[in-house]
Amino acid sequence: MKTIVVGSLESSDCLITLQPNENTEINIESTVFAMYGEQIQKVLTDTLKAHNIENIHVLCQDKGALDYTIEARLITAIKRFKEAKDES
Amino acid sequence: MKKYTSLDALLEALPLKDGMRLSFHHHLRNGDGIINPILTKIDALGYKDIHLSPSAIFPSYTSIETLLKKEKVASITTNYLNGPVANYLALHGSETCLKMQTHGGRARAIIEGENSIDIAFIAAPTVDKTGAASGLYGPSACGSLGYAMEDVAHAKLKIFVTDHFVDAIENPQIHHQHIDYLLILDSIGDARGIVSGTTTITRDPIGVSIARRAAQLIEDLDIIKPGFSFQSGAGGVSLRVTDYIKAYMQRNAIKAKFFSGGITKYHVEMLEMGLVEKLYDVQCFDLEAIKSLKRNATHHAISAHDYANPNNPRRIIKDLDVVILGATEIDLDFNVNVTTDSFNTIIGGSGGHSDTASDAFVSIIVTPLLKARTSVIKTRVNTITTLGKHVDCLVTERGIAINPRRKDLIAQLKNSRLDIVSIDTLMQRATAYTGHPKETTHKGKKIGVVEDRDGTIIDTLHAKE
Repeated sequence: MKTIVVGSLESSDCLITLQPNENTEINIESTVFAMYGEQIQKVLTDTLKAHNIENIHVLCQDKGALDYTIEARLITAIKRFKEAKDES
Repeated sequence: MKKYTSLDALLEALPLKDGMRLSFHHHLRNGDGIINPILTKIDALGYKDIHLSPSAIFPSYTSIETLLKKEKVASITTNYLNGPVANYLALHGSETCLKMQTHGGRARAIIEGENSIDIAFIAAPTVDKTGAASGLYGPSACGSLGYAMEDVAHAKLKIFVTDHFVDAIENPQIHHQHIDYLLILDSIGDARGIVSGTTTITRDPIGVSIARRAAQLIEDLDIIKPGFSFQSGAGGVSLRVTDYIKAYMQRNAIKAKFFSGGITKYHVEMLEMGLVEKLYDVQCFDLEAIKSLKRNATHHAISAHDYANPNNPRRIIKDLDVVILGATEIDLDFNVNVTTDSFNTIIGGSGGHSDTASDAFVSIIVTPLLKARTSVIKTRVNTITTLGKHVDCLVTERGIAINPRRKDLIAQLKNSRLDIVSIDTLMQRATAYTGHPKETTHKGKKIGVVEDRDGTIIDTLHAKE
């Protein structure tokens, strides 16, 4: 099962990396972690739940993306992740 | 004038002592080739408690970090710093160590004896047999030597350091009577680092949108009239504002009286198109500016004293109609920070920010409202570089705020079609996008002060946590 990578490391964007995992795990590296770390965690958790995704490893490398950017990047990553899963 | 070709021999001849104050100018910027060898040798000779007064500190000035690590520095007084020295101070600085001044304030403090320099080492791109100097010629030409002129006039000892020794300079910027010692080296700088090279008009759509609004604001304030004066610096957005103003001047056949400050090829172009009478150049930002100083009699190199010393009644910026400036942070009282980021990292300093904001009839801050999920507007800035009472307008891509103190400007803009709101409203607009940030302002120990141009301490600098 391949790794899915979506987004970029440009300022105001984020890079989301998805990998299958034994449980659901989220790692956040953010330039604004001190101010928005908890909020980013919430967006990622909520988006995974909304799309019924479990047992996945999410790496979010954030360069100050707004919530809806993070959400959009994750949704795209989830879609590709599901497509890759269906193909395999 | 005593002439040396060896740094060792020169230093042997100088009355060096513990506790001395040494100064340098920063016109060679990141390409400076004299600060490191001189300070490294002085360190090797064992001197301590050294007071350093460079007009600015760039990332390549690593010898200062070495001296700091060896605890040989008693204090640093400068107008702008970033890179390793800034990072070291933010982690290990001591309370007495750092004083951040303005370009005008530095000139004032040197002239009035508050900042009494024992030895000034002046990188001089060309020196002639009489001891006269110029920044216009030679392999390390940097153009205007504006920030060195007070050191030249007031330091107890003046050492000129050059790599281009000639018979005679036709129009020297510094006259021969100032020089005490001359040191001739193979090289005083790396030309690639001397010109900053980053002075281009922004093409970023957000930057362009901000610039368009700022230009419209200036138009609505009816400032662009024959004989007006303007300063924009070399920031990409500021230069885009200049470009819009240029188009307006051409459409309406308006000629400006002067542009001042750091000069770029864009300003030179406007001079040569006859759109402005004079350039007052305290610092050349690119090669075109240096070339223009040679060929245009109306392009004047000026000293920091003539430019911005607050106690000089004839200072150029006193007559400025409008100045365009940047901000790292701005707060609800319009205080501006360009000295540190929100995490106490020192990223720059006033330079002429506070000077020009204080004197110009209208000071305009141009900045994106949002930078990587961070609102530029804070309840309180981390460090005050320029007091809010001197800051008149804030222009962002999502709205414009006018300082409520400027009732005259607000009245003038009452029919403007620009999106003008209170700064509180602008901050709310930012928070609507970013969410509410968790408070993170933990300040470490005090490492220095911010001194306004008149000598008043307006804020303190703190270590990173």
